[in-house]
Amino acid sequence: MDFIHSLAAVSAEELISSAGLVLLLVAAWGGDKAGRGIAIAAFAVLVGAAAIALPTLLGSVGGSASLAFEGHVRLDAFAAFAKLLIYLGAGVALIVAPAFFEREGGLRAEFPLLVLLAALGMGIMVSANNLLTLYIGLELNSLASYVLAAILRSNGRSAEAGLKYFVLGSLASGILLYGISLTYGFTGTTSFDGIRAAFGAGPLSVGATFGLVFVLSGLAFKISAAPFHMWTPDVYEGAPTPVTAFFATAPKAAALALLMRVSLGAFGAQPGAWQQIVIFASLLSIVIGALGAIGQDNIKRLLAYSSINNVGFMLIGLAAGTQAGASATLVYLAIYVVTSVAAFVVVLALRDAQGKAIESIADLGGLSRTHPGLAAALAVVMFSLAGVPPLFGFWGKFLVFQAAVQAHLVVLAALGIAASVIGAFYYLKVVKVLYFDDVVDKVRGGSEFANLVLLTASTLFLSPLGYLLTRWLGGLAGNAAAALFRLS
Amino acid sequence: MIGIGHYVVVSAIMFVLGVLGIFLNRKNVIIILMAIELILLSVNLNLVAFSAYLHDLVGQIFAMFVLTVAAGEAAIGLAILVIYFRDRGTIAVDDVNRMKG
Repeated sequence: MDFIHSLAAVSAEELISSAGLVLLLVAAWGGDKAGRGIAIAAFAVLVGAAAIALPTLLGSVGGSASLAFEGHVRLDAFAAFAKLLIYLGAGVALIVAPAFFEREGGLRAEFPLLVLLAALGMGIMVSANNLLTLYIGLELNSLASYVLAAILRSNGRSAEAGLKYFVLGSLASGILLYGISLTYGFTGTTSFDGIRAAFGAGPLSVGATFGLVFVLSGLAFKISAAPFHMWTPDVYEGAPTPVTAFFATAPKAAALALLMRVSLGAFGAQPGAWQQIVIFASLLSIVIGALGAIGQDNIKRLLAYSSINNVGFMLIGLAAGTQAGASATLVYLAIYVVTSVAAFVVVLALRDAQGKAIESIADLGGLSRTHPGLAAALAVVMFSLAGVPPLFGFWGKFLVFQAAVQAHLVVLAALGIAASVIGAFYYLKVVKVLYFDDVVDKVRGGSEFANLVLLTASTLFLSPLGYLLTRWLGGLAGNAAAALFRLS
Repeated sequence: MIGIGHYVVVSAIMFVLGVLGIFLNRKNVIIILMAIELILLSVNLNLVAFSAYLHDLVGQIFAMFVLTVAAGEAAIGLAILVIYFRDRGTIAVDDVNRMKG
C-alpha cells in the first residue's frame, strides 16, 4: 500500500522515464530522420510532467504526506517550483534546437532524449531527501549533460567543451561523493532528516565538518560558483548554443535548489558552519563574474561570466538562512532563467549571410540600426542583468539584498551592491556597442517563428510589465520556501 | 589490530592522490580518467569501512550504486575522448586549449 502511494507520488518522473525509454526505441528504429518528431514528443512529455507538478505548488502542502519511498524522496512545493523551472529550461532547449541543428547538418535523434533524461535526473535531484537519491539524480543529469556538450561530433570546440566538462564534472562528483561518505560515517545515516538530527545533537566533529565542506564544494561546482567556476566559460563557449541555453537554465536551477535543500535541510541544524562558506563563495562569484567578463569579446563567454556573477547574488539570499532569503533566491532564480532564455534566443538569431553564428561582440556594432528589434531585446536583457530599476532584473536583486539586511548581513549586502556596479560596466558596454558604435552590418539571419514567440514573451516578462507578476511570483516562491522550512 | 582509522587514512591518501593526479598530470587525458576512478574507489573504501564499523548496510548499498555509476561515467568519458581524438589527433592535456581558459 505504501509502495503504491510512493509510485503515485513520483508520477512525473515515471512519465518522463517511461516516455524516454519508448522514444529511445523510436530513435533507434527511425534514426536521425525521426529527430524532429522525437523533439516534439519530448516537449509534450515535459508539458505533461509540468502539469503533474503544478498542483503541488499551488495547493497547501502536507508535511509527511509528501514523502515517498520511505523518506528517500520528498515531493513538496519547493520541489515543484524547481521542477517547473527545470521543465521550462529543457522545453526551451527543445524548441530552439531543431532549427539550429538543421544548419549544422541535421538534428540527431539523441538530442531530445538526452535533454529528457537530464530533466529526469534534475527532477530527482530537487526532490531528493537522502544522499543516495541526491547522488543518483545528480549523476543522471551530469552524464546526460557531458554528452550534450559534445553532441556536435565534427566540431572541435564542442568536443573540447565536452571533455573539459566531463573531467571537471567528474572531479566535482568525486569531491561531493567523498563528502557524502564522510557525512555518512560521522552521522551514521544518509537521510537528510537523520543528518539534521545528528548535526543538532551537539558541536560538529572534525569528520562531519570535512564532510559538509566537501559536499558544499561539489555542489558549488555544479552551480558554477567561484572558486569552482573555471569550467563555465569554456563549456558555454564550446557547446552548441541550444545546449548552452539549456546549461544556463535547467541544471543551474536544479543544482541551486539542491544546494538550498542540503544546506537549509540536512545541514540546517548547524547554520554557522555552512553560512561562512556560502558567503565566501557568493562574494567571490560576484567579483570574479564581474571582473572576468570585462575583457571578453565572445558573447557566450560574456554570458558565462554573467551567470557566475548572478549565482553569487542568488547565494546572498541563501546565506541569509531565513525563509524570506530562500524565497528571494527562488524569485531571483526564476527571473534569471527567463533572462537566460531571452539572451540565448538573441544569440541564436545572430548569424551572418552564410548562416554561420556570430559570437563576437565587436561584430554587433550598430545592430540597433539594422535589426532594431533584436538590439532592443538584447539591451533589455543586458539592463535587466545589470539590475537597472525599471526592468524586472532589479526586483530579484532588491529581494536578496533585503533578505540579507534583515538577516543582519549588512556588510555582505553592501559589498554585493558595490560589486554589482562593476558588473553594470560590461553590460552597458554591450549596449553601447549595439546603439552607438559604427554599423558593422554583418548580422543577416532572422528568427524562426517559435523563437520570436519565446523572445517576445521573455522580453515582456523582463520589461516593467513584469512587476505585475511580483505578487503571483512572490506567492509561489513563498509557498515553496515555506515547504523547505517545514520539517517532517 | 586494523581499525576504522586505518581505513579512513588509506582512503584519504587515495583521494588526495586522485585529485593530484588530475591537477599535476600534464601528459595524457587517460591518466585523468584513471585518477577519477581512484577518487571513486577511495569513496567506496570509505563507505564500506564505515558500513562495517556502524553495522549498517546502507554504506555497502551506496557503494554498489557508486560502482555502477562509475562504470557509466568511464564509458561516457572514453566516448568523448574518442571523438576528441578523431578531431585533434592527440590526447595530450597541454593541447586541450583551443578555447582560452
